Amino acid sequence: MSAKRVFIKGNEAIAQGALAAGCRCYFGYPITPQNDIPEMLSSAMPAAGGQFVQAESEVAAANMLLGAAACGVRAMTTSSSPGVSLMQEAISYMAGSELPGVVVNMNRGGPGLGDIGPSQGDYFQSVKGGGHGDYRTLVLAPATCQECYDLTFSAFELAFKYRNPVLILGDAIVGQMKEPVAPREALPIDPAEGGDWKLTGRGERAPRLLKSLFLDDGALAGQNKLLQKKYEAMRAEVLFENFETESADLVVVAYGSIGRIAKSAVRVLRAEGQKVGLLRPVTLYPFPEEKLRALAAAGKRFLTIEHNLGQMVDDVRLAVRGLADSDFYGVFPGNLPTPDEFVEPIRAAVKGA
Amino acid sequence: MSCQPDIKEELVFDRPAALADVPTHYCPGCQHGVIHRMVAECLEEFGLVERTIAVSSIGCSVFLYNYILVDTVEAPHGRAPAVATGVKRARTDAFVFAYQGDGDLASIGLAEIMHAANRGERISIVFVNNTVYGMTGGQMAPTTMIGQKTTTCPAGRCAEREGGPMRMAEIIASLDGVAYSSRVAVDSVKHMAQAKRALRRAFEVQVKGEGFGFVEFLATCPTNWRVSAVAANERVAKEMIPGFPLGVFKDAAKED
Repeated sequence: MSAKRVFIKGNEAIAQGALAAGCRCYFGYPITPQNDIPEMLSSAMPAAGGQFVQAESEVAAANMLLGAAACGVRAMTTSSSPGVSLMQEAISYMAGSELPGVVVNMNRGGPGLGDIGPSQGDYFQSVKGGGHGDYRTLVLAPATCQECYDLTFSAFELAFKYRNPVLILGDAIVGQMKEPVAPREALPIDPAEGGDWKLTGRGERAPRLLKSLFLDDGALAGQNKLLQKKYEAMRAEVLFENFETESADLVVVAYGSIGRIAKSAVRVLRAEGQKVGLLRPVTLYPFPEEKLRALAAAGKRFLTIEHNLGQMVDDVRLAVRGLADSDFYGVFPGNLPTPDEFVEPIRAAVKGA
Repeated sequence: MSCQPDIKEELVFDRPAALADVPTHYCPGCQHGVIHRMVAECLEEFGLVERTIAVSSIGCSVFLYNYILVDTVEAPHGRAPAVATGVKRARTDAFVFAYQGDGDLASIGLAEIMHAANRGERISIVFVNNTVYGMTGGQMAPTTMIGQKTTTCPAGRCAEREGGPMRMAEIIASLDGVAYSSRVAVDSVKHMAQAKRALRRAFEVQVKGEGFGFVEFLATCPTNWRVSAVAANERVAKEMIPGFPLGVFKDAAKED
């Protein structure tokens, strides 16, 4: 932590976190509710000596990200749900070609054009690959403006550590609200990063090739094996917030903005003496399944709350299978939940034993 | 004991060092090989081999990297100009070219080529137009000529149903960011010399920072045209050039 705190939106925190992490190429296409990011970076990125391109589409923006990533430069694109659907082609190619990059999705309501309000409807798309083929991206889900900043900052480290796309999955709530954020010391640009694989022009060495086409006998199977090994290694990066779960009978599982709203409801019920806690996954891939399994083994029951019709609840049930189950409470995308709305369903679930 | 005659050998023609000495996967009579060679020659002439980053696209020429020995990234179908934009913006000191076929560039990738050109990205595009989808087996392309039979227009392309062939070199020339756009052929020695000059200029505009460089090569696809290599080469002059006129449609150097 260096400079004093700044009062900014979650979207702006993402832009500033990216700059501090050494992001020097940004590609984007306008879409609500994340326009603060390209608007800020259209001047801040050139001022930092980087490149800003307003692409002709999200398809193009994500492919520009692929190109910059191939050169080993820290690069980012940001969008919201319909735009992120269009980016899935490039994300799949980046995963297949092992290219690092950061993709931000400020989730809005769907399906289709949906609305411009918050939603968690893109959970499956985010954590199960999203595009074609067997691949995974690391998925980080901020619940505060500070986390928008910090998780974007670490997203670049993770992208290069694993040579893989990293997704930030926020929503219209965290993107549009303003909070004090403590910025970090900006990282110096490391010109040696990616030195053993990035494209620089071959110079005196042998030419390098970054690709996802593997036609020779056994070659694609080999590539998929290598990728699976990498996704397995990513499990070490799991992050979650553990709030009052040890003494709880019922553990609420919720992520992002909804995790934060659920926490307020859990506090209200704790004040009443109800034995409830909250497990808020911060990484959605890798998913905190070991922690959930340990809580299930300790006899806890679960209620998953999401701003969708039930997606993460599948992963909670898989994590605790054979030991426990999870109830589900969903807020319809299009509606904006309050802590009060969550109190009754949680109270009912505590009683439901 | 026989007496060896005094034989002196002098090498007067060789492949460029940037071109791999490997058997080709292209069909007999296909002109990708000729165009690959021309690209390698131009890279060497400008001294660019060491700082080139190539973007290969989807189609027969995805295997560009097996032949031209430079750093290469493979782009999704049609997206090569967007990928090349990302590469060039990330490494402004690199020489960046993309090599695309007609389905890739003029159909699925139309938005990407138009906007990269319009932004005046300092990249060069080698566009190979053989009026047909080659790798997938000869389907109708955006450049298929009226009356030309393909596996998806078996009675011949019909203007009323499928529109006409798109003339990309002229379309690209109409955009502000473009420094050079031309159409060439490699069916004769004369045309090959013209083509080489055009490719040099399309590379030069990037090297000099003048803007976006574009060359459309008319080329053969004997396999999917269902004709011999010789007949395919003859079709270029007989049918293609009348519909796709050769020439320079824009050159920034000649405007001021």
